[in-house]
Amino acid sequence: MRLLAELRESVAMSWDAIRANKMRSVLATLGIVIGIITVTLMGAAINGLDQAFIKSISSLGADVFYVSRTSWWNNDSYDSWVKMARRRPRLRLEEAEALGRQLTLAAAVAPEEDDDRTVKYRDRSATMVDIVGTTEAYLQTGSVNVAQGRFLTAADSQGNQPVCVIGNDVATNLFRAESPLGKRIKIEDQSFLVVGVLEKQGTMLGWSLDNRVIIPIRVSLAVIWKRPDIDQVDIKASGAAHLDEAREEIRQAMRHIRHLKPDEPDNFAINQQDQLVQLFHNMTRTIALIGLCVTSLALFVGGIGIMNIMFVSVVERTREIGVRKAIGAKRRNILLQFLIEAACICLLGGLIGLGIAWLVTLAVTRWLFPATLSGIIVGLALLVSLLTGVISGFLPAWRAARMDPVEALRSE
Amino acid sequence: MGGETVHALRDVSLAIQRGEYVAIMGPSGSGKSTLMNLIGCLDTPTSGNYELNGAHVSDMNDNQLAEIRNHEIGFVFQTFNLLSRSNALHNVELPLIYTGMPAEERRQVALDALAQVGLADRVHHKPNELSGGQRQRVAVARALVNKPSILLADEPTGNLDTKTGDEIMALFAELSRKGNTIILVTHEEEIAKHAHRILRIRDGLIASDEKLAAPPPSQ
Repeated sequence: MRLLAELRESVAMSWDAIRANKMRSVLATLGIVIGIITVTLMGAAINGLDQAFIKSISSLGADVFYVSRTSWWNNDSYDSWVKMARRRPRLRLEEAEALGRQLTLAAAVAPEEDDDRTVKYRDRSATMVDIVGTTEAYLQTGSVNVAQGRFLTAADSQGNQPVCVIGNDVATNLFRAESPLGKRIKIEDQSFLVVGVLEKQGTMLGWSLDNRVIIPIRVSLAVIWKRPDIDQVDIKASGAAHLDEAREEIRQAMRHIRHLKPDEPDNFAINQQDQLVQLFHNMTRTIALIGLCVTSLALFVGGIGIMNIMFVSVVERTREIGVRKAIGAKRRNILLQFLIEAACICLLGGLIGLGIAWLVTLAVTRWLFPATLSGIIVGLALLVSLLTGVISGFLPAWRAARMDPVEALRSE
Repeated sequence: MGGETVHALRDVSLAIQRGEYVAIMGPSGSGKSTLMNLIGCLDTPTSGNYELNGAHVSDMNDNQLAEIRNHEIGFVFQTFNLLSRSNALHNVELPLIYTGMPAEERRQVALDALAQVGLADRVHHKPNELSGGQRQRVAVARALVNKPSILLADEPTGNLDTKTGDEIMALFAELSRKGNTIILVTHEEEIAKHAHRILRIRDGLIASDEKLAAPPPSQ
């Protein structure tokens, strides 16, 4: 009760002091303001990036493995990565088919090969369209849905019929109001019959998933790439519960298919969505670390500023300290009063910083990427400003508390 | 501090009874300020003993002294020493805040003290909105609000014109009649004459101790 009354008194007095020295107080908080802006914006950016990233890679199923020549996730230097990649053989369609026959824990196995090409329909053309060569299994591994018509069939995958399923953007760009079904589009002078249109999918890591054309893998190898090798094999596990077993089965099957001896290392990689998440978190951790350094520096400078202004305040109010002591204030009371004043100034800086950060967050969300100012970040920012105030205000407050009342009353 | 030791006061032996109205006089450098600081518990003697209401003040630490000042001493200063950013009410409430009195009660007690010095209609004015005499009345109200054993006034009329000074002295006389113990430090003979007993200090010694009138019966 008594402490509460004292706190209230101190807060009211601090508020009076801050109001009496508005400009000085605001300038003193500049470092705190900058520190808080940095820490909140960084937190908001990481938060937003995180959400955007998770959302954008959701088209990579969590239960899908991607067997390819190299890992997405690379710990080594670029040079050693290139060397390793060259040593390893490319994946072949036969290997994908063998995997499809051997795997027991897989629900679907789809070979995949993609490249960018120009797609034409009559006099219209779309450049940089992702041409995906695959099989009917891609419907499961690629998390795609058909909006009109049908997807590739097993017969399409095995045969050499030039059919295609087109993404939503391709359909709107090339056909406008026409129905694409039954029409023929041209890729590299080969004409393809449109049998289906995909549902709109959005983007992944900034790439549109709707700007693509899916064709049978054999056709793409023969007509478009004119090579026997493929990019990767997409394998969807039959249940999310046995991901580790499924992964191990894929590994053993691949080693068997490639006739690797027990002492030979894998010459392929099995990738998962997980790895991208990890990669991303490594990146955000670096951003966070840099942000933290800037923040600490700003807060340190801010803290020195507060200490300075508090020393000035204590000297200016020596007489007041004397009076308070004369009428019964103990050391503790004086200490608390100045600590609270420092904390209030810093909190004020924190609030100003949060206000600015909030506006910036709005602007960033509007024009760049979704950034969110979470309650945790706000709480943390206020706590940090409070602590900065208490720490940097301690020395001046201590000096005030220890003043001799007789000396203090004598000062002008 | 280096150099020679200066004894501001020496061999001062003095007893003041409850309800007395005492003036301490002396030229500057006589030691009267030191005596006032000792009586006001702002300072403790390097040797010797000070007993206030049976408590040995000389042995007390900082915090205990603060508590004694809060409960037993009411200071009135020459320069008023009010908190300039606070209104009269808050200035008077201040000692009670350090006492730990609940807000409601505190406000009432402070209002009563202000009424007692004739400022019931000025409680929300800040010091710069009050005249010198009114400011000193606020200071007196602040000094009285905790019902101290001693009202200790240091040149209370030093910054006031004669008329206002007389009003303050009249207030002191009234407070003395009501049974308050008043110790007045001054160098003005005119002001000292309002007291019932005058102590003259010279070179750290009590030069004379004269009684002007019988103290009123203590209550």
